Amino acid sequence: MREVAVVGVGLTKFGERWDTSFRNLFVEAGAKAVEDAGMSGDQIDEMFVGNMSGGRFVLQEHIGALIADHAGLTKNHIPATRVEAACASGGLAFRQAYTTVASGIQDIVIAGGVEKMTDVGGSETTDALAGAADREWEGLAGATFPGLYAMIATDYMNRYGLTREQLAMVSVKNHRNGVHNPIAQYRKEITVEDVMRSTLVADPLRLLDCSPVTDGAAAVILCPMEMARKFTDTPVKVLASSQASDTISLHDRRDFSTLDASVAAGRRAFKQASLTPKDIGMVEVHDCFTIAELCAIEDLGFCVKGEAGKLTEDGQTAIGGSIPVNTSGGLKSCGHPVGATGIKQVCEIVSQLRGEAVGRQVDAEIGMTHNVGGTGATVVCNILGV
Amino acid sequence: MSVPRYWRKQQNRYNLKGNRCETCGRYFYPPRAICPECRREGKIVDYEFSGNGTVRTFSVIRTASDDYDMQTPYGIAIIELEEGTCMTAQVICEPDELYIGMPVKRVFRKVVSEGDSGVIVYGTKFVPA
Repeated sequence: MREVAVVGVGLTKFGERWDTSFRNLFVEAGAKAVEDAGMSGDQIDEMFVGNMSGGRFVLQEHIGALIADHAGLTKNHIPATRVEAACASGGLAFRQAYTTVASGIQDIVIAGGVEKMTDVGGSETTDALAGAADREWEGLAGATFPGLYAMIATDYMNRYGLTREQLAMVSVKNHRNGVHNPIAQYRKEITVEDVMRSTLVADPLRLLDCSPVTDGAAAVILCPMEMARKFTDTPVKVLASSQASDTISLHDRRDFSTLDASVAAGRRAFKQASLTPKDIGMVEVHDCFTIAELCAIEDLGFCVKGEAGKLTEDGQTAIGGSIPVNTSGGLKSCGHPVGATGIKQVCEIVSQLRGEAVGRQVDAEIGMTHNVGGTGATVVCNILGV
Repeated sequence: MSVPRYWRKQQNRYNLKGNRCETCGRYFYPPRAICPECRREGKIVDYEFSGNGTVRTFSVIRTASDDYDMQTPYGIAIIELEEGTCMTAQVICEPDELYIGMPVKRVFRKVVSEGDSGVIVYGTKFVPA
């Protein structure tokens, strides 16, 4: 296995992008990543695109070829593959690109993610996202996607005494971080009271506990570490990339408040990198709902089960705390274009490790990402360092 | 979802028919084609669940997709059946009556109808026992 580095990153502005199309979102992010790496598109050997539901959101399949075509990469007929694991599609694209470079099959690979969610109405979006869980045995019964995470929250609050206010503090902290992220969908601070007064979506989760519907794309370029300095003075090394699976349905889990796939992917990543949670300077976790951030912090080993609410209340997950979580603003404030999120998380770590995260910079040499598909049926973790 | 997709699982949805593995004794609802513990060593046989269970966790859905919108707010729960397996279903009661540990029993109900003239899907919901 070869050592692998990230040599370029590119992001679009996240939000309601009425002005641009699915394909052009990706092209914008991809072009920025190529420019950031100081290379030419001709040098790219292969492409992986993470996308959850082009078929539902823009009625488009065959996304690998579409993106390669409009990115101007079909001239060399490079392999272009769309990968899908619901909200972990981006993470999956990164891991595919990583294994492709690490194995020596290709040298320069672009991994991206894209989702265009606002071309359909809210109800259709809700229905499409329900496909991230078991359509036949959860969705048909009437369980929406927020409803499933709400059931995790009910279980968690009952067992560990988490307060409703502590849950709100996750959202407040992520919005505070998002103010300083130029691509974030909501660059606006909110208060605990704002969260508590927002509309109930699925008890106990309210609107401001939920990540929004977002258009956006992200891309990164990977190459062997030994080639990285040809492209950049600040390569970021991939220390680990791991993936794990679990039952598609929440009701089949051993423990509703623990995502066993997060535990497994986290442990694999730490083992591959020969590190422990204490070595991690910052982490981007999958806060699709506030409760998900708390579960993630615990499942990855940053604190014991039941303590993440207190950790958040004490400010330890804020910038300047012992383990800054979601400096990008997370899915909540930065936005959650589902297929792009896993790549965006990597982009944030790279910006931080390069010292380019103006206004939200943390002092870290090693960062971690955690990207969840569904209610935890797929988890991808990556550890990056300089 | 398409008509064959409802029809195929009609007996399972109407009568809570799942299955169990005779090799290890585990029960499955929804039914599984292969036992995840025993895999090819397992022997899967049909089993109709009693329909008695307990609420393990729950939520009240306030915002749903169009087909379910008329039903909001409605209680949704993960119910542990007395055989030990868990399933997701609606619980018919006042939303503030739901609690963890609530004993429930199965009932046959309309689950959803697709628009004004589409398929009407029936299945199993739960009521307080």
